[in-house]
Amino acid sequence: MIFVKDKEIVVPGDVLADEEYHTGRGTFREKNNILSSLVGLVAIRDKKISVIPLQSKYIPKRGDVVIGKITDIRFSMWNLDINSPYSGFLPASDVFGKEKRELSRTFDVGDVLFLRVVDVDEVKKVKLGLKGRGLGKFRGGILINITPTKVPRLIGKKGSMINMIKDETHCDVVVGQNGVVWVKGEPEMERVAEKVIKMIEEQSHTSGLTDRVRNMLLEILGEIQEESEDLEGSEEEEENREEFIQ
Amino acid sequence: MIKITVESDLSTGTETSARADGRAFNELRPLKISAGVLERADGSAYLEMGGNKVLVAVYGPRELHIRHMMQPDKAVLRCRYNMAPFSVDDRKRPGPDRRSVEISKITSEALTPAVFLEKFPRSTIDVFIEVLEAEGGTRCAGITAASVALADAGIPMRDIVVACAAGKSNGQVVMDLSEAEDKEGEADLPIAMMPRTGEITLLQMDGHLTGEEFERAIDLAVEGCMKISEEQKKAIKERYGD
Repeated sequence: MIFVKDKEIVVPGDVLADEEYHTGRGTFREKNNILSSLVGLVAIRDKKISVIPLQSKYIPKRGDVVIGKITDIRFSMWNLDINSPYSGFLPASDVFGKEKRELSRTFDVGDVLFLRVVDVDEVKKVKLGLKGRGLGKFRGGILINITPTKVPRLIGKKGSMINMIKDETHCDVVVGQNGVVWVKGEPEMERVAEKVIKMIEEQSHTSGLTDRVRNMLLEILGEIQEESEDLEGSEEEEENREEFIQ
Repeated sequence: MIKITVESDLSTGTETSARADGRAFNELRPLKISAGVLERADGSAYLEMGGNKVLVAVYGPRELHIRHMMQPDKAVLRCRYNMAPFSVDDRKRPGPDRRSVEISKITSEALTPAVFLEKFPRSTIDVFIEVLEAEGGTRCAGITAASVALADAGIPMRDIVVACAAGKSNGQVVMDLSEAEDKEGEADLPIAMMPRTGEITLLQMDGHLTGEEFERAIDLAVEGCMKISEEQKKAIKERYGD
């Protein structure tokens, strides 16, 4: 027996199904029923029932790529804020090898880095690393925070959504799995991208989003074009960074 | 085991009620709840119930810096109940006092059983309850709003905790005491519960009730909780509604 429809909004404590089903993410079993533990949308796949949260915090997982901001420099490591209940650290040895150098010369407090979660230990210490393609320090650009569970929606099927934003705004866009998005391009275009990303976050639980995002982008860009008709319209093509696709 | 009684021995309606605001003995004050009212909090809720106005902000789960508070196997749920200096007729001296420290503690204890704290070890969830206007029953209003804010913050919970008071005023056992009824009345009995299972997470009482009156008061408070619980769920769903 199932008591809810697919994509229905549920609240904590709502009864979803009975014991014939399996518990997925965002659900728990009590006696013979499966209940929701979150505010979110029901997702039914075969006999597995789960709830996709509408709001969440990032819990670090080994192998994820994240965007972090340096908060502190210690003797042999950097501390980073990764938009999560657990802060991360980047060991100096990961960057310099055996060489000894002053840490603040390489990365200073406030720098934004693109990193990989190397390990999360049992005391929830998050070890980060910089080894991998495209990982490193960002120069310039803006940061936008979204709810981590909405990252797949922002990227879209095979990157359709994110590539559309990139193509239309001519911005570099990098998405970390912790819900931090880095955008760099013309200042005006950065603002357009920010607006679109915020809109995707707000409406991620509705369908037909990609088309609406395209319309919104074209509308905003059309307005900008009209305004700057007399100004020079040539925009230089930005080199495309390797972005992360789930 | 808690039994929810429908008005059996007393006929309903205002004609039997001698309450100052003309409510029936089992009638709540007008209630309004909205979720997600604050931009920068992870979760928030605003609640109006009669003359009460309460704003709740939830932050977290977030990093806990105080080492000795850290729990290796679960998160800690910290609550702060605070009354604004302008929330009562005579200006209240700002800052925590004995009453608000107690209410902070019982709020945290009333909410804790519902939250899956074990999912976020070594972290903290912070709940800030600000009473902007007070008119009796602010602790219940605070707990009710706090659990809506927790759900809005996306914190996993077994159920949405709800609180309601009952008591005795003018010799009659009534639901949801107003400030006048609380001050003049014979007894006040606030409870908090998980409406699905009927587990009670808070039960306080002051004043005097006979055993029979006590049971009637509990039944009334539970009935009030059930009504408020529907409003809570509606408020959360409305936030993402069309």
